[in-house]
Amino acid sequence: MAVTQATTHATLPRRLAATPVAGPLVALLLACLFFGVNSGQFFTGPNFSLIIQQVMVVGTLAIGQTLIILTAGIDLACGAIMAFGGIVMTKLAVDTGLPPVLALAAGLAVCAGFGLVNGLLVTRISLPPFIVTLGMLNVVFALTHIYSDEQTVTELPALLTVLGQTFQVGQTNVTYGSLLTILLFVLFAYLLGSTAWGRHVYALGNSPEVARLTGIRTGRLTVGVYTVAGLVYGIAALLLVSRTGVGDPQAGQTDNLDSITAVVLGGTSLFGGRGLVLGTLVGALIVGVFRNGLQLMGVPSIYQTLITGILVILAVTVDQLSRRRNR
Amino acid sequence: MTSPPTPILQARGLVKRYGHVTALDGADFDLMPGEVLAVIGDNGAGKTSLIKALTGALQPDSGEIRLDGEPVRFRDPLDARRHGIETVYQDLAIAASLDIATNMFLGREVRKPGLLGTVFRMLDKKRMREESARHMAELKIGLRSLTQPVESLSGGQRQGVAVARAVAWATNVVVMDEPTAALGVKESGQVLDLIRQVRDRGTPVVLISHNMPHVFEIADRVHVQRLGRRVAELSPRDHSMAEVVAIMTGALQLSDGKSVVHDEDAAKAIGL
Repeated sequence: MAVTQATTHATLPRRLAATPVAGPLVALLLACLFFGVNSGQFFTGPNFSLIIQQVMVVGTLAIGQTLIILTAGIDLACGAIMAFGGIVMTKLAVDTGLPPVLALAAGLAVCAGFGLVNGLLVTRISLPPFIVTLGMLNVVFALTHIYSDEQTVTELPALLTVLGQTFQVGQTNVTYGSLLTILLFVLFAYLLGSTAWGRHVYALGNSPEVARLTGIRTGRLTVGVYTVAGLVYGIAALLLVSRTGVGDPQAGQTDNLDSITAVVLGGTSLFGGRGLVLGTLVGALIVGVFRNGLQLMGVPSIYQTLITGILVILAVTVDQLSRRRNR
Repeated sequence: MTSPPTPILQARGLVKRYGHVTALDGADFDLMPGEVLAVIGDNGAGKTSLIKALTGALQPDSGEIRLDGEPVRFRDPLDARRHGIETVYQDLAIAASLDIATNMFLGREVRKPGLLGTVFRMLDKKRMREESARHMAELKIGLRSLTQPVESLSGGQRQGVAVARAVAWATNVVVMDEPTAALGVKESGQVLDLIRQVRDRGTPVVLISHNMPHVFEIADRVHVQRLGRRVAELSPRDHSMAEVVAIMTGALQLSDGKSVVHDEDAAKAIGL
């Protein structure tokens, strides 16, 4: 506490280097460079548009996952909830004959409802998020198959597929869904970074007790986070339905864990309280770029899975080591 | 003789029971304006329960708390804070990954004026940084940057941030629970300096501490808690450290300002 002049700003380069996104961003750029050199098709508009389409569903799921992981929780059921939401909105519209708008609203509400239940179980009964969402994964998976009767829902109304349509930017077709995903990332970056709600989410992830003692209503905040995450899964369900054009009960099974992969690769700490949602976008893109680039190079897809796994372990190792150094 | 000033914070006959365990057994408490009052007591004497009752972290079963002479009842810590009572908790003061300015305003964020604040809920980070800088400067806490995360600070600096936050918001009382327990000699000295500055600005301080030298260095008065009650109020200038420890452990009792041997063996054992 030597008496020095307190400055209110850190220099911009130092702040950039200090963000948890710096590492993932460098990794993403290096990956792009590598695949650009090795494949002539990589650096083209249509290819980038394809990558974004491939990551938009899991990327959107990963927004909700980021919120929950920032509170030091985890959600193993996000893909299952999304699949159920997709079945609800398509089945209600096609089989039950509800107006598409109401069917969509019902799908979103069901997803938010599962988030709410998860949040209440975590806060009211103090169950570990891991266990709650593991149980919920099975419950929702079963409900999806029971309600859909294992049938894929087809011939969807236009409202449920409009996000899969494209508009032209130069020579490149971009889907409206990709645009919505990017908008969601920007929205949540703003909410987490520039509102009191966002600051409280970080404080909660740092230490629930500290947050409570500073007057933050931690129970209500946690339930809110899980519910908002559920709503985001509902939006992911709409993106999924518009991209595939069907309501598929088998969808989303790998997304439960892939969303966690994106969050972790984006530099967010699984211990909570540290990370940025834009990092998650970078993390999702890293996975997308590796899959796409390796495919362009003709590498068999099982090696893509292998490399993704190694990347995750590397990312968690870096997080753990940097925490140790800070201590 | 003039009438004594009203205590800022006062408690009478506080009782708190947990099943068969009595944490507070009719405890009294008086904090006078502008003083540093040390609360000492052996483990299990009810110091923590007393402080929690005074800061809203627990609700006493019976008894009365008065703030500036007015009866009050705190539902939770936030309620006590609204009444101008700020607490610096031992290890639970600050959110490590957030920066200093954010910590200073945690739970009391300032939004931008106009539509940006009301509709978009946008925080006024610049103003919060500036006000934080002003508070830190007032307490002569120098830091390189208010945007660095708190976890990059030393233990003493972190405690400094916690104290600065408490002082910034406290209109009546600052309560500090073992503020030097985790600190080295030099950093402890810095925190004691801070406590003096807080008192000199006119805000009374309640200091819970196990560290007798610190208590004797800084306290204007000492509240001795034993078996759930206040057993003595004394001035560190009139009593030796050994005497105070003896009162704390029950070997001596205070009567009419004089210490009286209560437990002869115990008194001998500590060399009185």
